[in-house]
Formats: sequence, C-alpha cells, structure tokens
Amino acid sequence: MLPRPTTHSKALGPGVAGPELAVATSAVLDRPPQPIAHLPLSGAQPCAVDPAVLGDPRQHTKYPYVTGTSVMAIKYKDGVLVGCDTLGAYGTTKRYKSTQRIYRVNSKCVVAAGGEISDFQYISNLLDELTTEDYRIDDGLELTPQEVHSYLCRVMYNRRNKFDPLWNSLVVGGMQDSQPFLGMVGMVGTHYTDSHVTTGFANQLARPLFRERQQDDMSEEDALQLMYDALKVCYYRDKVSINKFQIAKVTKETGASISEPFALDMRWDYKLFAQPTKWAVGAW
Amino acid sequence: MFRNQYDTDVTTWSPQGRLFQVEYAMEAVKQGSCAVGLKSDTHVVLATLKRSQSELSSFQRKVFKIDDHMGIAIAGLTGDGRSLCKYMRNECINHRYVYESSMPVGRLVRQIADKSQVCTQRSWKRPYGVGLLVAGVDPRGPHLFSSCPSGNYYEYKAIAIGARSQAAKTYLEKHLESFPSATLDELVQHGLRALQSSLSEGELTDANSSVAVVGKDLSFTILEDEAVQPYITALKEDEPMQTEGAAAAEEQREAPAEGAAAAEGGGQAAYEAALREGEGPAPMEAD
Repeated sequence: MLPRPTTHSKALGPGVAGPELAVATSAVLDRPPQPIAHLPLSGAQPCAVDPAVLGDPRQHTKYPYVTGTSVMAIKYKDGVLVGCDTLGAYGTTKRYKSTQRIYRVNSKCVVAAGGEISDFQYISNLLDELTTEDYRIDDGLELTPQEVHSYLCRVMYNRRNKFDPLWNSLVVGGMQDSQPFLGMVGMVGTHYTDSHVTTGFANQLARPLFRERQQDDMSEEDALQLMYDALKVCYYRDKVSINKFQIAKVTKETGASISEPFALDMRWDYKLFAQPTKWAVGAW
Repeated sequence: MFRNQYDTDVTTWSPQGRLFQVEYAMEAVKQGSCAVGLKSDTHVVLATLKRSQSELSSFQRKVFKIDDHMGIAIAGLTGDGRSLCKYMRNECINHRYVYESSMPVGRLVRQIADKSQVCTQRSWKRPYGVGLLVAGVDPRGPHLFSSCPSGNYYEYKAIAIGARSQAAKTYLEKHLESFPSATLDELVQHGLRALQSSLSEGELTDANSSVAVVGKDLSFTILEDEAVQPYITALKEDEPMQTEGAAAAEEQREAPAEGAAAAEGGGQAAYEAALREGEGPAPMEAD
C-alpha cells in the first residue's frame, strides 16, 4: 500500500490526511503539549548529558597502554602449570622485557594476567591486602584459589559497571582441597573454570594444542613439554612477544613457585618459512 | 552484687579495676534460660530450654540459623540477640557473595567480640545484654565458641550459659571424655541431659526444648516439637538407670536398653525426615 499523503497542519495534528486548506484555530494552537512517550516531560532534549559531567577532568579507561600478551595454563596430575612471557609492550614496541606477569598469592594459588600491566599491579596489590589480612588474623586459614577467583570476578564486574574496567584477562591457578583448580576472569567479569585456560593470542594458537594433548592425569614431563610447545607457538605467531618465558607450578607437595625466566630453542630455518611460496600451487 | 558509686557509667572504672556496667550486663546473660553446647570430632550440638511468658503465649526462640554451616543459641536479652543474629547473617551472606565460600566461624566470632568491645568503651553506648553460643563447621573442623557482653570469646569443647548453668557444666565436665568420639544421637542425648540438670522444676518436653545440630556433611538444622520428641522420649527411658545404684542397674539394663534402642531407631527416622526437609542449602527456619 502506498503511504497516503499526510498533512502537517497544526489544526489537524501530525500523520493525518485532510484538506490542504484547513485553518488552525486558537483552540488548537494554544492547547498544551500532550505527553509523548519518547520525549521527557520536562521539555529537555532526550539523551541529554548532565553538563556538570562534561566539566569533570577525570577520564575512564579507554585504552590499555603497556600490555602483556597471552597467558596459558593447564591442569595435570599433580597440579597446575601457568606460563607466559615477560614482555610489557607499548603498542607494538617491545619496551619492558623483564615484567613478571605472574603473581604468587599464597602457597596454594597464583594469578597471571594479560592486558594492561598497571591494572595488574593494582590487582596484585588488592590480593596482597587480602593475604596480609589472613596473616594478621593468624588462624591458619589461607585464601583458596576458588575464593580468589570469585573475588576477582566481583572486582572486575564492579569496575565494568562503573564504565572504568581493569583492562586485564586474568588466570587463577592453584590447589583447591588437594585438587587442581584453574579459572579465568575477563575484563568485564566473565568467568569460568576449566582444565586448560588461555588468554589473548593463545586462545587461537595454544588452545588447539591443549584440546588435543591435555589430560587431567598427564605426568609433569608431558605437561611441561606441552607448555613449552604452546609457548613456542605463541612466540612464533604473535608479533608482540619475546623469547623469554616464566612458568609457575602449583602442586600439593611443593606449593606455589614461579620459575626464573628462560628461553626456548626456536628455529627460523624451516625451508617453507624461508621460501614460503616456492612450493605453493601456481607459484613460479 | 550491690549498687555502688562506680556503676553508673560503662566508662567508669572502680578502684579495684572493674567495669561494673559490663559485669551487670553479664548478669543479664545469667538471667536467660539455659543453653548448652558441645562438640565431637564431627558434629556440634546446641540444646536450649525455651521459656514462655504465660500458658497462652508461644515459647521464646533461642536458636537461630546464621548460614548453612553455622548457627547460634542465645541467653539474655532476646532483642540484642536478634540484632547480633542479623549482623552475623549479613556478614555471612556478604562473604558468600564475594568469595562463594562459607565464612570461617572463628573470624565471625572475633568480629562479634570486637563489636561487643566497642560498646564497653563508649559513654553513649551500652554493652549487649546477650551471650551467644556459636556452633559451626569450617575447613578446619567443627567449632563451638561462646561470646559474652564484655567482648571476650573462647572456643570450647562443651559449655553452658544462662540460669543454673553450673549444674549443666558439671554434667558436661563429668562426661567430657566421651564427647569426641560420640555419634550424633549420643551427643544430642548428652546435651539434653546436661540441660535437664539445669531445670529447677518441671521437665523437658518437646514444646520447651530446642536442639540444633551441624556437621561437616550436615547443614545447620533446628530440631523442635516433633523432631526433638524422640530424643525427649529416649531421655525419659534412660532416667530410671541414672537414679538406681550400680547393682540394681544390672537388672534394669535390659528394659531401658530395649526402649532406648527403639527410641534411637525412631529418633533416627524422625531426624532423617527433618533432614530431608532441609536438604542441600537448608531453608531458613521461618518464625
């Protein structure tokens, strides 16, 4: 159906078809404005911003500045392994090559982060306050990894609600009641637990390796080998990463420990890499 | 205690180094009816005697559930008890919201004690007039604490507070060795027998006694009326044994033992029924 021609005559009101020569009487012109659902009664513009806010010099987090890249973690027979590199990148510049992105909470739990390094330092501070409180109370009770996971989820979600997020993807790993625990909390408060957990580029690169090879009852050597392979893949394929890694191990017997930074053997002499298109179909 | 010139203010010391107002507040606890608490290696039991204003009124509640793993029995000013109960429930639920785990019992009791202490050091406040028996389970096992208006708290293996609690304490001290390895039913029986010794007149019935139990795999459950009846019955069956001498007890042992066994079996079934009602995160007792 074609839309019928409508008049914009004040006498008849909007959206009404009528004689072009309708004359507006004072009764029509002077009638008070009817409440309209999509406009505020006060007469203000819809979606108006309070002018006082525009003068506020504070800014909320819009972009991360110094960032860490992927974190990857797996469960194995005796506990969990958490691995990441030690780079704090400034955009794509590899600026700080000795940042530790894994934080030891207590003998049962570690937290690692990708994303804004300063926000992670703030989170480490919060966790430090909780641990100090436990120490002060001195009743032998420590924060469990599951409690750390829930706490961080609440913190991230509350910040997100204030439109001022902590720009991190967090990995929480540890021993919960003598069982390995592994969880992730995203920057808006999304959280879950799983047998293997990755953030950043490792989601695309390391996860397929974990899906294929990770088992909850794998031995420590197999787990370490899998972790090395995953770290290697991430270094090969992620532009903003370096060949300097740390792995944290949490088990019941040995507690939580973070290794010294180490490098892995990389090969750049693969024939296909040197001449990638030599054997490609249609190449000359 | 007699009135003296140092007892007007809670912030006035006496020459002997006493705060009389705080001591008077503890007297208020002794005016409340008796509450008994005891624990084994696996469970904690609270047994309380409920009072009623008159024949027409209901019996005053003495046991309150704080969370699935924790509950309290009060003796003293019920209003103050309810206020502390609300505070404890709030703290527990906030802890659960942030950490998704149960609040450690000792930490909450310490918070109550700190709260009580503040009231003994402000001239515009008065001490709480209620003593709490806090029964709970946390990762370190079952716990029984007692807090009082002075801001003091202790952890106990067994304790009684309220009117004529000394008689109950005597019973508990006598049987202390048997508590750690006792089963839940035995523990409840001990609690009720201790409570019985504090009675000056009348006897324990299902209407005037209230029992609560909590354990590692057992949510805090309040047993009242029908649920506590089997234990009261078992109590009565055992009575002849207690008053007889050792020799006469030989002959008597057969009959009460059978009666007790039947009551125990009935007790177990009624108890399980109460449990089934309160399965998983047990519902709060509505009152």
